Order: sequence, then structure tokens, then C-alpha cells
Amino acid sequence: MSALSTLAKPSTRKATQARTRLRASARYAPTLATVGLFLAMFAVGSGLYPSFLSGQVFLNLFIDNTFLIVLAVGMTFVILTGGIDLSVGAVVALSMMVAATLLQQGWNPAAVIVLVLVIGSGLGFLMGLVIQYFDIQPFIVTLAGMFLARGLCYVISLESIPVTEGFFTGMAQAQIPLPGELFISPGVVLALLIVAAAFFVLHHTRFGRTVYAIGGNEHSAMLMGLPVKGTKILVYALSGLCSAIAGILFSFYSLSGYSLAAQGMELDAIAAVVIGGTLLTGGTGYVLGSVVGVLVLGIVQTFIAYDGTLSSWWTKIVIGGLLLVFILLQRLFARKTA
Amino acid sequence: MNVPILQMRGITKTFPGVKALQDVTLDVNRGEVHAICGENGAGKSTLMKVLSGVYAHNTFDGEIRFEDEPCAFSSISDSEKRGIVIIHQELALSPYLSIAENIFLGNEIASRGWVDWRKTNLEAAKLLARVGLDENPVTPIQHISVGKQQLVEIAKALSKKVKLLILDEPTAALNDEDSDHLLDLILHLKGQGVTSIIISHKLNEIRKVADAVTIIRDGRSIETLRLDQGQITQERIIRGMVGRDLDSLYPERTPQIGGEVLRIEGWTVQHPQDHSRTVVHNASLNVRAGEVVGLAGLMGAGRTELAMSVFGRSYGRAVSGKVFKYGKEINTSTVPQAIAHGIAYATEDRKHYGLNLIEDIKRNISMAALSKLAKRGWVDKNRETAVANGYRDSMNIKAPAVSAITGKLSGGNQQKVVLSKWMFSDPDVLILDEPTRGIDVGAKYEIYTIIAGLAAQGKAVIVISSELPELLGICDRIYTLSAGHVTGEVPISEASQETLMHYMTQEKE
Repeated sequence: MSALSTLAKPSTRKATQARTRLRASARYAPTLATVGLFLAMFAVGSGLYPSFLSGQVFLNLFIDNTFLIVLAVGMTFVILTGGIDLSVGAVVALSMMVAATLLQQGWNPAAVIVLVLVIGSGLGFLMGLVIQYFDIQPFIVTLAGMFLARGLCYVISLESIPVTEGFFTGMAQAQIPLPGELFISPGVVLALLIVAAAFFVLHHTRFGRTVYAIGGNEHSAMLMGLPVKGTKILVYALSGLCSAIAGILFSFYSLSGYSLAAQGMELDAIAAVVIGGTLLTGGTGYVLGSVVGVLVLGIVQTFIAYDGTLSSWWTKIVIGGLLLVFILLQRLFARKTA
Repeated sequence: MNVPILQMRGITKTFPGVKALQDVTLDVNRGEVHAICGENGAGKSTLMKVLSGVYAHNTFDGEIRFEDEPCAFSSISDSEKRGIVIIHQELALSPYLSIAENIFLGNEIASRGWVDWRKTNLEAAKLLARVGLDENPVTPIQHISVGKQQLVEIAKALSKKVKLLILDEPTAALNDEDSDHLLDLILHLKGQGVTSIIISHKLNEIRKVADAVTIIRDGRSIETLRLDQGQITQERIIRGMVGRDLDSLYPERTPQIGGEVLRIEGWTVQHPQDHSRTVVHNASLNVRAGEVVGLAGLMGAGRTELAMSVFGRSYGRAVSGKVFKYGKEINTSTVPQAIAHGIAYATEDRKHYGLNLIEDIKRNISMAALSKLAKRGWVDKNRETAVANGYRDSMNIKAPAVSAITGKLSGGNQQKVVLSKWMFSDPDVLILDEPTRGIDVGAKYEIYTIIAGLAAQGKAVIVISSELPELLGICDRIYTLSAGHVTGEVPISEASQETLMHYMTQEKE
């Protein structure tokens, strides 16, 4: 370094600082757009329906979507590496089925939860192995995983299995009071803890950096000696683990296990991640954006519930439209940076 | 005297900031094999793209006359209609389609919209016979070797009633046997009245087939040598190709060369897909502390393949040979091992292999040695920014801040980011592959200064470059490679462009 310092020129850092801030914010643009959209929808809702503007309506967005938040966290990791995980919805259903069946047979709830988490992350790990070592597209491998998990649900039972176990029903009814007569559920706390953990892992650890580096340019990551293989496998295991956690949270919420549950939830998770500003080709995005993405999906549903006259299919149509707008936004953004 | 089949006059093609071609003249006579010679980057391929309509007629200046009629092509299909077919260095075949399907792709034998497969395969078989290829026309392209694929490309050209066949470095990817066959075929087609332009810098090939040679240097046509006037000699071609003065400036340095740092012995590498090709043959070389060693060679000589295979077997298969560091044998069979042994490799292809273009400067710099900034997996972001700012100042990376996205920087600044990244990993040996490719002259000088600085710190530096003046300007010792063999080792005091070019074009038996 010292021999080279003769090259140094007086830095012009101060003069360019404002421009830098502008440029850096361009990276957050899609995520910020999502936040803006969410606020706008909340404002419009409050204008139309007086009771919309309440803290509890906002908190309900979290309470009703804890499982989707957790799924979106796992999906964010996968999409950041440039992959995709289609199995998450089916793994949620499988987790619920396994939990409901074993609880009915009188298993200890703690043991049930641990087993479900092992199954979920194990499935993810296996899919990661296949993707990495046989060099098969994640789309196909996780599609196969999705069919496997869904099929296993049917093997367990075609009927809906109720959950009557004390801990689960307790969690379903538990409310954590907040000031101002507001409340949240324990699931929300867990989901937010997971989001926080994911945020720190992605932005402050070597593992997180490697995730971004793989999505940005896998070849260069390999030539830098980064642990590309291990990271890619781990990302799918993580997504599997998140699916299992989401399955437990969904059990708290629905107090049953049903083979047909969580159909298409993988697509909701992908939509939330993309709306949250993560590039589908990987390399750039934020887990907090994905959470906002989930809230946007939630508020669309709330809207339709408040309106009362619209069929619930309008949710899908609005989400479809939003997704298209965000993909177009990202395309414009990508063109600018290219 | 007949009018030449092709006349190109005053061709000037400008890219933003670069004059790729300047007032180029090319006359090709009917029925001859005309070679175009020049160093990498001299403008040969650009000229052929101008001719074949890849660059539309309104994007360059000058006149093209083919069969004594003016040409104004806006696309390849325009030039193909006139019987000018170009075969690019990277073959344009669809791997999963059959030979016959590829030959007639875009030109299918059909009646009322239905493809006549029987006739297609029959015609394909006839064309294959003309190029001397004994393969079933229904074989998928991916199942035949690159050499045979090249012949399929020629068969495809024949199906288009080719009058002027342009081959861009046709033998660069072929083994000797396939090369010979291809050259024979070109001569055979010449007997049938097909005129060919062949871009090559393999002088023995040129001597074998060419009736005339046009030399391009720095985007200008220097001269055309003709066989019937006895002008095609190796000396004459080499002089034409390199005959320029060392006009760019190189930093002054007094080398302080220490003991040997890295030695490679008996290094042999096979092509990752084509097992019949050995890309590097039994290569041995060494580099000492404080020394800048050059690797010179023409395209396809195996320079990058040698470097990448040493750097964690990033290239090739069945790699054999030994690597010694400070006299002790080391294992560099994975990239992390190579890095742990203090080897760094800055790739020739910055955009695809060197940088994460959608990421910012500081994260690109820190990525290869992130463990230095991390405690128990936790990255110290303040130190990371400090380190990146340090390199921004010392390497003079022109960017508003280290949070700027690398994809937006100029080539020179991107290269400085790549170099910073590897300097931060604190290697003992740096292999720099084409460190100044695509960089403007001013920034080149800065890169040379950085290389000189690295050597002054006692690092061992290996520079791979296609630009001989550059190697002569910055190296202490230069190895030459030709067709995968180390053909020469020249100390800088004895090196000249002519001697290097002589070794670089030498064929080892």
C-alpha cells in the first residue's frame, strides 16, 4: 500500500456526497416504491372507510399473515441467490398435517414442533443438494419437492384433522396487549424476530454477503473462492425451515391440518418478495422489502373485506396487476443501472 | 485483368471513443484465398462485420463493391442474398437440432409451409459429402466434435450458394488434424470457384492456403502481399503485423528481483468438453519475488487456460503437473486453496467473471477476503468502508463514493476495483489476465504504475497480454506460448516484438 500511496489524489469526497446519496437511494427505489404504495393504500382505505384508520387494522395485517411473512423471509434468501422455491406452500401443508396427526396421537407439542422443523429443513436441504450436485434448475427440483410434499399430505389423511391440544389452542387465543387497547399474537413476535434475524444475517455476515454475491454473479463468486456450493444448499434448507415454521404458525392460526391447505401460497410468497423489490434474477433486494410486500398483499385483502361487495377473486386480480407493475418498474430500474 | 470480386475502399468505422477502422482498403480477386492478418484487436473482425452487414451500411464510412456492384447491407441476410457468408469464431449452431436442421435453419426446404424432411435430409447428405463429412444428417449437432461442426457451418454456407466465404479464425478451436482437413477443404472449394477470406494469425496456415495476405494494424490496412509476387514470407508478415513504435509510455522501474516464489512444472490441461484436445502441454515456468513475468501468445495459445487451471482448476479437466511455492509443492486444486496459498487471479473477462456488476465498490473489494473483516462471521462494516476508501484513494478509483455500483464505472476504474480486491487478499503471486483490455490509454498508464508498485512491494506478478508493446514495456522476463506449448523464455534485454512473434507462431512438433 505504501508504495502506491504516491498515486493518491486529494479526495473530492465532500463535493460528491450528495450525489452519492442520490445514487445509493436508487438501489432502494423498488423497495421504497412498495412502502409508498402501502402508505397510499392505507390512506385511501382510511378515506373510504372511517374505521380503516386504526392501529388494530394495521396490526391485523401482521396477525393474519405471520406465516406468509416467515415464508417470504425464506423465499427472499432463495431468490437473492437467483433461485426459486416452489415447494414452500406444500411444505406448509405437510407441516400442518404432521403436527395435527401427531398431536391427535398425544405427542408432546415440543417434540412435534422439533420434528416438523427437522422435516421441513431436511426436505429443503435435499432439494438444495439435488440442485447443486446434479446442476438441475431450481424450478424443476422444487416443483418435484412440491408434488412430493403435497402427495405426502394425502397419504397422511384426506380429511381435515382438528387440533385440540392445549399449547396450540392456547397460542391460537393468546393476545399480547399493547398500549392503546391494541394487541398482537405471539406468532407476530416470532415472525418479527425471524425477520430481524434474517436482516442481520443478510447484511452483516459473510454468509449473507455470499448470498448476494452468488445472485449478482455466480462465476465471479466462484473465482473469488466463496463457498458457492454450500451457500446454495443452505439457502434451500433455510427456506424449508421457514416453511416448517410457517406451517406451525398456520396451525396456531387455523387449529387444524388439512391436505389442501396453503394451496398456491408459494406464489403469494414469491409475489410478496418481488413486490418488496427483490430482483427475480437475484443479487439485489431486501428482506424488509419482502415484509412490506406481504403487508401490501394483506391490505389488498383487507380492502376487499371492507368493501364487502367485491368477490375475493378481486384480490388475485389486484395482486396480479401489482406484480406486473413491479416487474415493469424493476425492468426500468435495471435498464438505468446497466 | 478481371475486376476483383470484392473491393472495399476507405472503410472507416468509429465506436464511441475509438476509431476501430480507418481508411481500410481491401481487394479480393475472384477465386482466391485471401488471408487477413493482424494482432488481436487490430480490427480484423470489425472489418468482416462491416463487410457482412453485421454493422449496417449507414454506421460506417466507405464503399463496398461486390461483383462490381455497390453494396448497402443492413443485415446479415442482405449480404447472404448476394452470396457473402461469414462463419464466426463462435459457431452459430443450435446444439439440440440435427445437422440437417441446422444446415437449412431459416432456409427450410418446404412446400406450402410444410417442411419436406426427406428432401431436407437428402440435400443435407449431399452437402455433407461436398465438405467431406461422413455423418448422418439426423445426428444432433451437440454429438459431433467442434471440428465437424465447423464443416457443418461450411455446408450451411454452401447451401446458401456462397460466392465469398469468410472464416473468422476457423482453426482457433480445432486440433491439428481437424485444422488440416479444414484447410484442405478451403483449397478444394477454391477449385470449385468459391472465393474465401480467412482471418488467421497462424502463419503456417496462411503459407499453406493463401494467395494473398492483407495486413491490418491498429485499424489501418498496411499492405497486401501476393503469392505470385513472392511476397508471402513469415518475416514480411511479422514485420507488417508489429511494425510500430513503442508509443505509449510505461513507468520507469528498477526491478529488485528476489528468490523464486512460484514454479509450475509439467502442467498439462485438457479441454473441458473436447477430450481429444490438450490445451496446455507440459508447460513449466516460474516467477520470482519483485518480478513481472509476461505470458505472450496469440489467441488460442492457452495462456488463460494455463492461468485458470493453476488457480483452483477453474478451467479444464485432467489437469496434471506440479505447483511449487517457495520450493515446496502446494495443492491448488480448489479456488479457496489457491487463495489460501497466496495466489490471486484477475480475469480477462471483468464483466462476466471478475465483478459483481450490480453490487457496489466496497463490497466487491472486500468479497474475496471478507474473513479479514469478519469476526465469527460478523462483518465489520465500518472497517469495510475504511478499507474500500483506502483503495479508492491509493488506486485512484474515480467514483463518487465506495457505495457506487461497479457496473456504472468505466473499464479502467472497474479494473482498479478488481485489482484492489485481490490486493486486499494480500497475495504473494498475482496473475493478471489482460489487465488493460478495453481500457483507455491514460488509465493503462495507471494500471502499469500499479503493477510496478506491486512488484516493488516484492510481489511476484504474472501478466498475460495480447499487446506485445505492453509486455515489453512492463515485464522483466517473457514466456511465449504457442498452441499450448511454452515455446520460449526471453529476458527483457533480448526481447523484441519480432523475436516474441517468432516464438509465438512457432509450431512444436
